[in-house]
Amino acid sequence: MSTRLPDHGRLIDRSRQVKFTFNGKWMRGHPGDTLASALLANGQTLVGRSFKYHRPRGIVASGGEEPNALVNLGRGARHEPNQRATTTELYERLEATSQNHWPTLEFDVGAVNAMVARFLPAGFYYKTFIHPRAFWKHVFEPIIRKSAGLGAAPDPETMDADRYEHFYAHVDLVVAGGGVAGLLAALEAGRAGKRVLLVEQNAHWGGRAPVDGDLIDGAPAEIWVKNAVEELEKMENVTFRTRTMLAGVYDHGYVTAYERVADHTPGEDAPRHRLWRIRTAQVISATGAIERPLSFPGNDKPGVMLASAVRDYIVNYGVAPGDTVVIVTNNDDGYRTALAAHRAGLKVACVVDPRAEADGDLPHEVRSLGIRVMAGSAISKVKGLKKVVSVRVQAHRGYDGGHEEIPCDAVAMSGGWSPVVHLWSHCGGKLTWDEDQACFRPDHDRPPTDQNGAGFVTCVGAADGALNGDVTMAATATAMAGLLGSDVSAPRVDVAREAPLAPIWVMPEAAGAKKRAKMWLDFQNDVKVSDVTLAAQEGYESVEHTKRYTTLGMATDQGKLSNINGLAVLAEALDKGIPQVGTTTFRPPYTPISMGAIAGEARGEVFQPLRRTPIHDWHEEQGAYMEPVGGWRRPYCFPRDGESHEDAVNREIDATRRSLGLLDASTLGKILVKGPDAGRFMDMLYTNMMSNLKPGKCRYGLMCSENGFLMDDGVVVRLDEDTFLAHTTSGGADHVHTHMEDWLQCEWWDWKVHTVNVTEQWAQIAVVGPNARKVLEKLGPDFDLSAEALPFMAMAEGKIGGFDTRVFRISFSGELSYEIAVPASQGRAFWDALHEAGAEWNATAYGTEALHVMRAEKGFIMIGDETDGTIIPQDLGLNWAISKKKDDFLGKRGQERVHMTDPDRWKLVGLETLDGSVLPDGSYCIASGKNANGQANVQGRVTSTYYSPTLSRGIAMGLVQNGPDRMGEVVAFNKVDGSTVEAKIVSPVFYDPDGEKQNV
Amino acid sequence: MLTLTCPVCGVDACETELAAGGEAHLKRFGPGSTDDQFEEYLFLRPNAKGVHFERWRHAMGCGKWFLAARDTATLEVFGTYSAQTTAPPADIVNAIRAKRPDWSPET
Repeated sequence: MSTRLPDHGRLIDRSRQVKFTFNGKWMRGHPGDTLASALLANGQTLVGRSFKYHRPRGIVASGGEEPNALVNLGRGARHEPNQRATTTELYERLEATSQNHWPTLEFDVGAVNAMVARFLPAGFYYKTFIHPRAFWKHVFEPIIRKSAGLGAAPDPETMDADRYEHFYAHVDLVVAGGGVAGLLAALEAGRAGKRVLLVEQNAHWGGRAPVDGDLIDGAPAEIWVKNAVEELEKMENVTFRTRTMLAGVYDHGYVTAYERVADHTPGEDAPRHRLWRIRTAQVISATGAIERPLSFPGNDKPGVMLASAVRDYIVNYGVAPGDTVVIVTNNDDGYRTALAAHRAGLKVACVVDPRAEADGDLPHEVRSLGIRVMAGSAISKVKGLKKVVSVRVQAHRGYDGGHEEIPCDAVAMSGGWSPVVHLWSHCGGKLTWDEDQACFRPDHDRPPTDQNGAGFVTCVGAADGALNGDVTMAATATAMAGLLGSDVSAPRVDVAREAPLAPIWVMPEAAGAKKRAKMWLDFQNDVKVSDVTLAAQEGYESVEHTKRYTTLGMATDQGKLSNINGLAVLAEALDKGIPQVGTTTFRPPYTPISMGAIAGEARGEVFQPLRRTPIHDWHEEQGAYMEPVGGWRRPYCFPRDGESHEDAVNREIDATRRSLGLLDASTLGKILVKGPDAGRFMDMLYTNMMSNLKPGKCRYGLMCSENGFLMDDGVVVRLDEDTFLAHTTSGGADHVHTHMEDWLQCEWWDWKVHTVNVTEQWAQIAVVGPNARKVLEKLGPDFDLSAEALPFMAMAEGKIGGFDTRVFRISFSGELSYEIAVPASQGRAFWDALHEAGAEWNATAYGTEALHVMRAEKGFIMIGDETDGTIIPQDLGLNWAISKKKDDFLGKRGQERVHMTDPDRWKLVGLETLDGSVLPDGSYCIASGKNANGQANVQGRVTSTYYSPTLSRGIAMGLVQNGPDRMGEVVAFNKVDGSTVEAKIVSPVFYDPDGEKQNV
Repeated sequence: MLTLTCPVCGVDACETELAAGGEAHLKRFGPGSTDDQFEEYLFLRPNAKGVHFERWRHAMGCGKWFLAARDTATLEVFGTYSAQTTAPPADIVNAIRAKRPDWSPET
């Protein structure tokens, strides 16, 4: 079984112990352990279950490529699923639980799936869940949903207890990877005076070289690494971070890195993760390579690991994955694991090598230690259920019936190495197939390009395909010399020369269908050699389609282990070369990064800055019920003690219609349009004629997109000959201002006009109701507010009660109404003054809902209710606001299109239910017959619907086919419960149709 | 995340500061135009792979619109220039030709 060795373990501190739990059981490890190494040290080889068949799963790898050892970490507000045990540093009282099993890890009912595996082939879902149709909703979907997913999702009601942040960096060069190649690259760039950021995803420097025992400049690699880090520390132009992964490379040298600041010290007062947002001229990818598994029957059983991982656990953590190890490798590098295991005192039962001959330096050294090397052989079976018991070895080629059973409890496999080309590929770098090393590596002629059209990513070392230790450093030095334009000398590396690997992906060679159905490619998603072969048989030739059909490489490891093996199997099945089949796309992030890091500080109060009107605090003091509107919070209503929102709205309307209401309308968009050509410009922006508006007058205007659709509306005021003030909807000011600037800057740039968004310069208060004039006169205006001097749709400027006001006699409620703008700084004081003076008329603040109901009672449209981006003004009976005298305005041509002039368009009407009830919002007007999908035909829909306290009944506006020609007709609207409600088509103006109230 | 130099304020702006505005140098067709002309003006875009002229606004900066000549496949930027023009200026055309000898403004 796996256990802690008495010696080895260069990364752990044996003098101290760390206690943790796995599935509730207490275990011990050392500082420096990963959760994976600590689990192995405690003999825990079974760590999870696979996604589809619930097969027992053990640890396969030692780094970010791990597909199996995913665990739930932490609890409560710190619970997080799908965390890789191999990259989780052990900390005191860490709590981990295994995933994807029920009821227990040891006994999982879902494992029954494996027994019916032959009924769950590639594309199973697509083939099976089609018939019978009715089964989908009640049978298939609930089962699939229950079995889908790996770890337990965090409780949606729990707030993440940790904090996260973004960092910004601007550098000349980012080096990804702190192995010997990355360190050399950073050193050379640092010495050349470049601003360098060096990041390493692990907690330690040096990568594989110290594990593999390379000698650099005649000394152990560890010494060279230590010296390199010390030199980098002294360079002021170099910043470096461990526990930081370069996550993604994007356009024009934008790069993100993911720093796990405090994952290993939870609860400490530090941000947990940090997302680095970097701008760099060059990216150096020294990301190394990942070892590939081999496909042999039973290669997914706990105890079968990557050969490099076995080495890592022995050398780095002093952990033996088993007592007796069998090594299976198609290359010389795998023999290093035999040497490492032997040195650690483990029994190496044999090295199984499918190559006919294994005569390199490393095999030679292995043989000289008395270890059995079985060249030309293959593993044809792995025995054991939840852990390896033995392997069966036979000839790789030309099986003659002879085989041998070799007892072991660990199998170390190596299918060769794949350069980590992800960062090269993220932004479009292309790959080339390296026949000798059987891997994809960067094609230097087709790099990702920056704004100058030049390549901006350079792969060095193993990431560039310089896989052997003896060439890694020299190749890095050459690449850096080219980049920096300086002489770079490579340190001398002494390392065993390796003989070429044999591109063997499946063993034994002649394995039949039954054996291929037991060879795993994607361990997490349970994709086997047989699945890819089947997909090829069924006509899937594109690697991208095969990926999605079989789910190969779609697990959380994103094919880091399965990619090349899967491609090779597909290529073989299609009888094509691997380069012809090609590879799937590498997309950022390299390994999953936390949502918290992406959000950074943008959560809670700082998620989005809140816009506050000058009267905002008053609303909060009154306990207003607020709703979000265009970045603001506006009062929906002002409920008093014990009052429901509905009651509050009705009271506010009643008070306003009977006496005096006050509305904070400061959020209304206000854009100044000024210049000699302002009139001409306004004529183009609005459907109405605006150039003939007299100074001091107001006009309601409609603004359409070039498509003809109604975009915004509002009252336009002509302040003087050259100046218009355009009021927009509350959410629309920024958009409308942008729209104006677009036309001014890009189409009519010779027109002498400029625009300014002055929305927040002014507080605006609507003083509404029969007593509106009285309260203003009581405050003492220095100008005439009478109906004669300031009639409806006029404006005046002057002082009221000492405040600098601009008064517009406009009404969105149908009552006598003054909208009064004062400088923002005077807004709150003016609001208070109005309340004080208006107390004798029961001055009542009203909210947005009262505003909505009152405008609906008057049949006024609301952008976003009556419009949805497909509505033209003609649909809303607003033809009176569309000038027929103008040759052109934005939207005019669009509105002339055939579909827009179709007489059968749905048009605005009022709707009155026969029973007085309130129509459901969004309800459809039912027509006779059914459509092709068996749904009822429709002839209209409700756009606004309210209870009108003024009329004591439900009122609604809606769009109905030929509606204006069907006054008095009764039509049916559907309800959520399936029934219908009858409503009469009426005029949309329910209240004071002649405007007698507002014109006093 | 593209970086474009705003020709109005001179800032090398990251894409987060910019708002894209689609193809540049469109000729507006208003009332009196045929359906085909209007359709082409409003909807039909070649969506070029390669040299492309685009409208951008320095939305989180100076607020001004400008135009960019860019290769949509390689992300190479040939230059940015004033929005107040109906055709790419000569220096931009020359910059493109220097890098893409086969390109002509008509294609």
